[in-house]
Amino acid sequence: MEIPYTISTRPDTGLWNAKIGIWLFLASEVMLFGGLFSAYVFLRLDAQPGEWPHGLLNVPVGTMNTAILIMSSVTVVLAWASLKMRRYRPYWWYMLATITCGVVFLFVKLYYEWPQKFEHYGVFLKPEVREKYEQYLGNHRREEKGLEPRIEITGHLENHEALKDANIKEYEIAVDPIYADPNNPVNDRPHFLYVPPTDKVVKIGKEDVDRVDSFGPWHSAYFASYFTITGLHGMHVLGGVLVFLYMWLPVSKKVYQRNPEHLANRVEVSGLFWHFVDLVWIFVFPLFYLL
Amino acid sequence: MNNPPDISQDPAEHEEYAHNVKKHVKGYLTVGALLLAFTAITVALSYVDFGTRKANIGVAMLVATLKAGLVAAIFMHLAAEKRLIYRVLIFTAFFVLGLFWLTFLAWYNPVVR
Amino acid sequence: MDASTFEIHHDAHAHAGEHEHHELGFWRKYIFSTDHKVIGIQYGLCGLVFLFFGFSLMMIMRWQLAYPGQGLPVIGKWLPYFFGANTMPDGKMTPEFYNSLGAMHGTIMIFLGVVPVAFAAFGNFVVPLQIGAPDMTFPKVNAASFWAFAVGGAIMLTSFFVPGGAAKSGWTSYTPLADIADKGQGFNPVLNGQSMWVLGFVFLITSSLLGAVNFITTIIQLRAKGLTWMRLPFFVWAQFVTAFLLLLAFPPLEAAAIMQFMDRTAGTSFFLPAGMIVNGVPAHISGGGSPLLWQHLFWFLGHPEVYVLILPAFGIVGEILANNSRKPLWGYKSLVFSVLVIGFLSFIVWAHHMWLTGMGSTVSAFFQTTTLLISIPSVIILSAFFISLWGGSIRFNVPMLFVSAFLPMFGIGGLTGIPLAFNSADLYLHDTYYVIAHFHYIVAPGTIFALFAGIYYWFPKATGRTMNEFWGKVHFWPSLICMNVIFLPMFLQGMLGMHRRWYDGGQGWTLAGEHIWGLTGFQWNTPISWAAWIMGLAQIPFIINFFWSIKHGKKVNDNPWEATTLEWTAPNRPPHGNFVTPPIAYRGPYEYSLPGRVKDFTMQNEPVEPAERSRRMAEPAVVH
Repeated sequence: MEIPYTISTRPDTGLWNAKIGIWLFLASEVMLFGGLFSAYVFLRLDAQPGEWPHGLLNVPVGTMNTAILIMSSVTVVLAWASLKMRRYRPYWWYMLATITCGVVFLFVKLYYEWPQKFEHYGVFLKPEVREKYEQYLGNHRREEKGLEPRIEITGHLENHEALKDANIKEYEIAVDPIYADPNNPVNDRPHFLYVPPTDKVVKIGKEDVDRVDSFGPWHSAYFASYFTITGLHGMHVLGGVLVFLYMWLPVSKKVYQRNPEHLANRVEVSGLFWHFVDLVWIFVFPLFYLL
Repeated sequence: MNNPPDISQDPAEHEEYAHNVKKHVKGYLTVGALLLAFTAITVALSYVDFGTRKANIGVAMLVATLKAGLVAAIFMHLAAEKRLIYRVLIFTAFFVLGLFWLTFLAWYNPVVR
Repeated sequence: MDASTFEIHHDAHAHAGEHEHHELGFWRKYIFSTDHKVIGIQYGLCGLVFLFFGFSLMMIMRWQLAYPGQGLPVIGKWLPYFFGANTMPDGKMTPEFYNSLGAMHGTIMIFLGVVPVAFAAFGNFVVPLQIGAPDMTFPKVNAASFWAFAVGGAIMLTSFFVPGGAAKSGWTSYTPLADIADKGQGFNPVLNGQSMWVLGFVFLITSSLLGAVNFITTIIQLRAKGLTWMRLPFFVWAQFVTAFLLLLAFPPLEAAAIMQFMDRTAGTSFFLPAGMIVNGVPAHISGGGSPLLWQHLFWFLGHPEVYVLILPAFGIVGEILANNSRKPLWGYKSLVFSVLVIGFLSFIVWAHHMWLTGMGSTVSAFFQTTTLLISIPSVIILSAFFISLWGGSIRFNVPMLFVSAFLPMFGIGGLTGIPLAFNSADLYLHDTYYVIAHFHYIVAPGTIFALFAGIYYWFPKATGRTMNEFWGKVHFWPSLICMNVIFLPMFLQGMLGMHRRWYDGGQGWTLAGEHIWGLTGFQWNTPISWAAWIMGLAQIPFIINFFWSIKHGKKVNDNPWEATTLEWTAPNRPPHGNFVTPPIAYRGPYEYSLPGRVKDFTMQNEPVEPAERSRRMAEPAVVH
């Protein structure tokens, strides 16, 4: 029993089955990421002044990852075109390039960007004591300029043990540059190049502290959204890489030899998925890294 | 821009076919370069202050939509797709925009602020 | 030279060895099958078991409502062995266990019972046959969809047995309660009722998405020659729209489920506002989240979901009604137009479940308008069904009995929804038993009756035998009477102010002393509970009839109901591939009682003779 229109097109629709199938699936994915993005909008609108942080993500690394994903989109469509031209060798190289780009993207995320967040801490100050730390927060000037107040002091937590040990009465933070020089206009906008924490260590008494959290999903609605969306996106990247791997291994050559159009269609369908994944990132990048 | 045509059986036609597909390949590379350029532009623009927060977000989303449009139209062949696919996507777009707009409206229009 | 000729050249070479008749082993044939009929039956059997289980949960709940604080006799002693020692100490239900029963009754009935049977079981079995297709377009994806459902169902069931028991925050899992429930001392960080509810849901959603992709692609691509869109049986249209609802409405809930899982395990505050105090202590959270966000994302699915529950039922009713009145369905075009409009509108009405969340007049006016608008196509569909009966030669076999009951029952359910569409009336009725009565009338003597009808109707196609008529009637009459005794008083209880989900059954309201027909609102719980238990007993003839008839029912020919649609041209217990030769459709789906014919039905694949054609000049012959 043969299912019709798996490779040839049905005359009245002009489409073969998997083409419709993948677009339907992508429609559902639009709704999935749409749900997450609508959560982003809702939570960002709801945020109190100062609660939605800016400039905490590494823009050059994010830009590089964006470029990697764009290049992988180019290589996958060239892989498909090679198959349509019945040239297997170029296809194999382009597919390898696509897989490599995907893997690099994931590596950067999993081994650099994410872990770095867990080393970075934010000490949220109680509203009534923010005046006491004005020399680090610079909120007077910010209020004059119509900028949102700073509600936390971020940097590298020098005395981790303070988190668990009740006997230690204060936190020691090697602060990020903006807190070392809060009234400098340069520090109003996020820095382009990533600048690590300074040597300047500020001691904050525990009684002044609302909470202390690393830049994990628990830090704020911002990071909750960031980790969830990039995490789900990353899982989609991984899925795509695995599918491409299967289409690149010798088993795919057999499919090609039996019916090259069959492989071309499979690559087209997975390529469509991959482009969608790239599409999502095109929106994730400015929303989280730049705005 | 149409999609690369399917290959013919006749070897004599292969050369012409390969030449046709090459044009599409050029298109893909051009779009790839454009996407990289727009990425640089969007990063640069994020350092320009357009007045209000809304305006800044608006500009970034405009560039993102342009990039997304290029990916969809050229890489995903949507510019020359069949009507059925368009119909599915139009409805999807309507519903996802409805989700965005109506949740925003519910936030924007409470009984008491 | 196009791709298809290229394919034929290779196909002959490539597939010669592959698709010869080869016997599959037991596991590939019956368990991990990719045949739509086997998968449909798998969904059907699992779904029916879940339906009965979910119903049993409610039967336990009804004891607490009728005899609050009293130990459940006999069963109350061994239920704790099943559900856990601290659920019913001395056979008396704890409030937490009552909540678990309520939350899981809703979840199981909807997502493990009705949707799998109405959409996946009937859809899988019937749709490919009705459109003349050999199978679904993606048979392996179909199998994956069933197994994802099975895993999700297993997780849901297992959640009863973990410390703390099953989810107890309502089937709607509203935050912030659902975020903080089943956490802390004595609960496992991941293997707790609520987290497992969320995880199970992710599997169920995945299953539905895969199924939806399959259904839509199949209906678009695999219709037989001559089967144009406007010649499709109404059942296929209904399933087509239902698939779109599942495809596009479920994902935002999947997003929300992921976020709730993150809240519960990763310490995020998607749905937790700042300053939250839990058990008298400020919660150690970042805050900045919104409980309303969960409600929006949940009901964005939740509303299309209720149309997922009813549309397949409309489809089944349409088929059986036409067949047993020996007349075409009245208003086919209106019916098709109506399901399309329902599908579209169902995405923009969801906030009518949220009237009490403090929304302003603009957004509220929008949703009230769309909600009232969506009642129109439903009325059109019901009216078309009623009108279809007019002048018919009605045969009251068991499927038709259930379908005849469906019509007024759905009418009651639908009409009682209208007050709820107004936020002003809903201010009073929200979260009362009025709402429970409204939606149960639609799903219980509505959809579930349609499902029963469909089982009795398509049973011969699946087994080659009919179910017993007498015992079918013994199943039908008590079920119908009990449904009404259960749910009709609930409208009045709700209007008296009796609150949903309250463990003590709204005992506070007995103090008000309002009487309906001699009983206080609360005292009505006793006859309602007894009707529920009797209805449970009334299902036993059905269960026995079902299994007995598989082997011992009366053997029948391929078209025992003398129906017109294409599934009845296939042999009973259709083989793999369904049709020996692919059928061709020459006419519409309901050509009953054509003038000048001997038989009172003409099947869709019967060619149109020249003499007939001149009589039907408006209709084209064979159009692709």
